[in-house]
Amino acid sequence: MAAFASALRVLPSPPAAVPRRLRSREQRQGCRSRRYSKVVAYYALTTPPYKLDALEPYISKRTVELHWGKHQQDYVDSLNKQLATSMFYGYTLEELIKEAYNNGNPLPEYNNAAQVWNHHFFWESMQPEGGGSPGRGVLQQIEKDFGSFTNFREEFIRAALSLLGSGWVWLVLKRKERKFSVVHTQNAISPLALGDIPLINLDLWEHAYYLDYKDDRRMYVTNFIDHLVSWDTVTLRMMRAEAFVNLGEPNIPVA
Amino acid sequence: MALRTLASRKTLAAAARPLAAAAAARGVTTVALPDLPYDYGALEPAISGEIMRLHHQKHHATYVANYNKALEQLDAAVAKGDAPAVVHLQSAIKFNGGGHVNHSIFWNNLKPISEGGGEPPHAKLGWAIDEDFGSFEALVKKMSAEGAALQGSGWVWLALDKEAKKLSVETTANQVKDPLVTKGANLVPLLGIDVWEHAYYLQYKNVRPDYLSNIWKVMNWKYAGEVYENATA
Repeated sequence: MAAFASALRVLPSPPAAVPRRLRSREQRQGCRSRRYSKVVAYYALTTPPYKLDALEPYISKRTVELHWGKHQQDYVDSLNKQLATSMFYGYTLEELIKEAYNNGNPLPEYNNAAQVWNHHFFWESMQPEGGGSPGRGVLQQIEKDFGSFTNFREEFIRAALSLLGSGWVWLVLKRKERKFSVVHTQNAISPLALGDIPLINLDLWEHAYYLDYKDDRRMYVTNFIDHLVSWDTVTLRMMRAEAFVNLGEPNIPVA
Repeated sequence: MALRTLASRKTLAAAARPLAAAAAARGVTTVALPDLPYDYGALEPAISGEIMRLHHQKHHATYVANYNKALEQLDAAVAKGDAPAVVHLQSAIKFNGGGHVNHSIFWNNLKPISEGGGEPPHAKLGWAIDEDFGSFEALVKKMSAEGAALQGSGWVWLALDKEAKKLSVETTANQVKDPLVTKGANLVPLLGIDVWEHAYYLQYKNVRPDYLSNIWKVMNWKYAGEVYENATA
């Protein structure tokens, strides 16, 4: 998420106001002209935090090459194209997703913005030699909210298989209920837009698994949860989430 | 190879039959996976044999199995007067039943080139297309563009609005049944193109527009013309 913040510089005015010719000259002159005139900046494709073949044999290098290098790149390119003339230029990606979701009546930018974010979050939800058991804090919360890790695992798989069509399955922290929950969402819908805090996501569009698993979504989801999910990342995300949601009894220091 | 795929298709259909018969005895009429009117490899190079085989034997077969299962559950729920269960089953019936209906139309929409696939429509449907879209090329362009722009999984259709006596291009998400149900009772589907990724991914990967430009080479316009003439007769 920090990567997104640094990839985008907020500007006083949208690029639509900058004539095309001027923009390209600035780009040629690079940082030298920055002090004198406006700079435009768009989103870049972030790189997964491991080599493209690092998830094998569960997700092939070919799948990652296409999924990251083509599908996610397309979303980035399409978003940037829209931002050139959009009121959302200058927004951080998370603000943009929330605003453009427009209470369930998504504006044209929503889809691309959410898919850029969803994919970035997805690559970081995995690690080579992942899976296994979560760290203590995460595990305790899972046991509290699902009864046991086994129950959580089953619920995650069930939610993934019961999604009809394309979309995502998530472990989220529900803000209001102050608990973990497994949800699935259609197409590009993100729990961010719904006000919840995502902790894990798994891409259930067929492009995410078709080359490796064909129609066997169950095997793909099972391998993800058993061998790929990065509980280290989830621990970090939960720590950050706890800045917004108190998961225990209020801890009031005694004077 | 051709013989073997033929045999496996027959076996699949045969295997589904006793199940259907057993269900029929209890009062539920289940559906069976229809045979393809051509060989799996017959649409190559536009659509690979592997895609056709998986699409038919796995995807369509799963819709059929899950639809039948939901029908039997529905039957039991109705018999028990279990209203919440009846309501709950609607989405499974709609999704899987829709998948079955859509794919059954889709197989008829395709035809090997050697048997006349890709030949543009003639007679009444041809004239109607010229009238409503300007030209056949304009219709192809419109359907391809709408199919490429569809987010997620779904279908793009050429439909006849029976009341307005006009053709229209419609898109539907996921396996929501053909336009007949979702977009109004007047709409008759003449032609549906599956733009779920499973329909093209093994061959075309992320380049859906290439799939949408090649599929016209194996389009069965004769079938669409017959449906059109029956619906307008």
